Amino acid sequence: MASNEQSTSNAPVEIKPIRVLIAKPGLDGHDRGAKVVARALRDSGMEVVYTGIRQTPQMIAEAALQEDVQVIGISILSGAHLGLFPRIVDELNSRGIDDVLLFAGGIIPDEDIPTVEDIGFLGVFGPGTDTRDIIEFVRKNAPSRD
Amino acid sequence: MTSKSKSNWEDTTYSTATNRFAERQEHFKSSSGKELDALYSPEDLSEWNYYNKLGYPGEFPFTRGVQPTMYRGRLWTMRQYAGFADAAESNRRYKFLLEQGQTGLSVAFDLPTQIGFDSDDEEAIGEVGKVGVAISSLADMETLTDGIPLEKITTSMTINATAPILLAFYVAAAKKQSADLSKIGGTIQNDILKEYIARGTYIFPPRPSLRLITDTFSWCKDNLPNWNTISISGYHMREAGCTAAQELSFTFANAIEYVDAAIEIGLKFDDFAPRLAFFWACHSNFLEEVAKFRASRRVWARIATERYKSTNPRSQMLRFHTQTGGATLTAQQPLNNLIRTTLQAMSAVLGGTQSLHTNSYDEALALPTEESVELALRTQQLIGYESGVADVIDPLAGSYYIERLTDQIESETMQYIDRIEEFGGALSGIEQGFQQREIQESAYQLQSQAESKERIVVGVNEFVTEDIETPPILKVDPAVEKSRAEQLKKLRSGRDSKATEDILKRIRNAANSNENMMPLLIKAAEHYVTVGEICRILREEWGEYREVMTL
Repeated sequence: MASNEQSTSNAPVEIKPIRVLIAKPGLDGHDRGAKVVARALRDSGMEVVYTGIRQTPQMIAEAALQEDVQVIGISILSGAHLGLFPRIVDELNSRGIDDVLLFAGGIIPDEDIPTVEDIGFLGVFGPGTDTRDIIEFVRKNAPSRD
Repeated sequence: MTSKSKSNWEDTTYSTATNRFAERQEHFKSSSGKELDALYSPEDLSEWNYYNKLGYPGEFPFTRGVQPTMYRGRLWTMRQYAGFADAAESNRRYKFLLEQGQTGLSVAFDLPTQIGFDSDDEEAIGEVGKVGVAISSLADMETLTDGIPLEKITTSMTINATAPILLAFYVAAAKKQSADLSKIGGTIQNDILKEYIARGTYIFPPRPSLRLITDTFSWCKDNLPNWNTISISGYHMREAGCTAAQELSFTFANAIEYVDAAIEIGLKFDDFAPRLAFFWACHSNFLEEVAKFRASRRVWARIATERYKSTNPRSQMLRFHTQTGGATLTAQQPLNNLIRTTLQAMSAVLGGTQSLHTNSYDEALALPTEESVELALRTQQLIGYESGVADVIDPLAGSYYIERLTDQIESETMQYIDRIEEFGGALSGIEQGFQQREIQESAYQLQSQAESKERIVVGVNEFVTEDIETPPILKVDPAVEKSRAEQLKKLRSGRDSKATEDILKRIRNAANSNENMMPLLIKAAEHYVTVGEICRILREEWGEYREVMTL
């Protein structure tokens, strides 16, 4: 028991790493934030797949299915979030994916956040976010996989 | 005591002090991680030669500025990047800015326009008019420039993959105003390589993209002599996270790629190089940025003369636009951004920029409102008319630190250019993901430094307050998408469809030959053929670029 406790209390070693998809929908090419977050999550021990830019909702849902991820982080800075986010959720649902943790980042005005949350995004991380907050958020909220 | 040398001072007076009280940081570094001395003195410039390094304004190597009188003759062009919703809405914003004393236009296009989709395309859903104005045909360009005499102002257009098409629209609009094309001035960004590296609005693979660019070089040389055919841009790579020296070197490596492509099709360097322009970012390290601008002029003058054997001084002068650093703006305590922008704009002016965009304080939240844009423009006017920094040319020259930094950035830039050459040049480096990885690495370092508080960002990781309330932000009317679709439907039904098909067929043929595309694109514009229709044909013939994954 004692040795077991030690290994979990020191560094957060995941027994089975959390699988995360970082995706960029829409047409904007601002991928700095997406790449920084992807790397920070990977450095924290998660398995991260990054889609690249200009992904359609279909492509994102397909990638989520193929990669069997528990978490999807969506980054967008063009202002097209309210048009695209519901379509992403629809595409996920149509593939039977309804138990993933969704979070968003980029430029999302405060007044849009309640809507984004209603669409199904549990967290919204704007400019200036500390990546440690995102890591903690994902660890705390990622659905477990057997 | 009186020290006789810098090292003598460092060993005595200075070390006595630092032994007693540690300095506020263990290391002080430039943006590219170079350790800074506590101070600089004549000894740091012992090998330095004024005539070789600086010379005089308007003379080689142009370190002190490209014009003989600089801002004593005329202030820089105050050019605020603007555009949103549809052409009519953006036309109103431009007229407002011109009334407020802005001296040039700078058009922001929406993403569908930049990526070759009409506003009613499925790919455009949610994006129409969001980050810029939606322009699908000459009809929109006519509305955009309505009541603005194109012979009298200069217009910069941030357009890349579709640059020749939008330029064709602009030329067609100017012709409709009966303007004399030899008097039409402005710039298209037209810099596809940095799109592959950082900005992302590419369409076609590199070869056909470079061909479109050289088509614009040769057509403009003969038909639009006052047009800057390209704005080779470090801005977006800097915004994506790279250092000041990387910004210069990646940009010059791209410039070399364009120049070589133009020479390959038979153009002479001194014939087209006078119309090459550059575009730099201005971030917050005030003196380093001043040095960067000065170094950039010297590097280009040397590339032009040493590599391309230029004999025309106009080809050797690096003329540049500057935009303050969007990535330095914070969503927290947004009014702080006014001060950040003021400092950045001041360093661009001290660095001798030809034109300047100052960001608005609310741009980490949304597109700027009319009120915030006005403040941003006033910032430039304050610097130009009240601060006095524009009254003497290159006023920081001769500062030991500035000159040392200028030299250092120059040599770092040259070293990096050599590294890219080892990869086979800019394009080959991009295909291997070199520049992309370098930028990602620097961006990650910057993030880590902020998180460890090695780098302080006021209002974000220090001096934090509970945000009171966010200022009112600009919202683009979602109805724009629908009204745009209706406008396009009407446009298409009112055209001569035989002529449209005919010109598209000729564009398809030209895509597979060496024929210069520009005359055809202008003809297409005059028949109100749309961006999306032209790009569909070119996509079919040339295919699309796929991102090199580097993560």
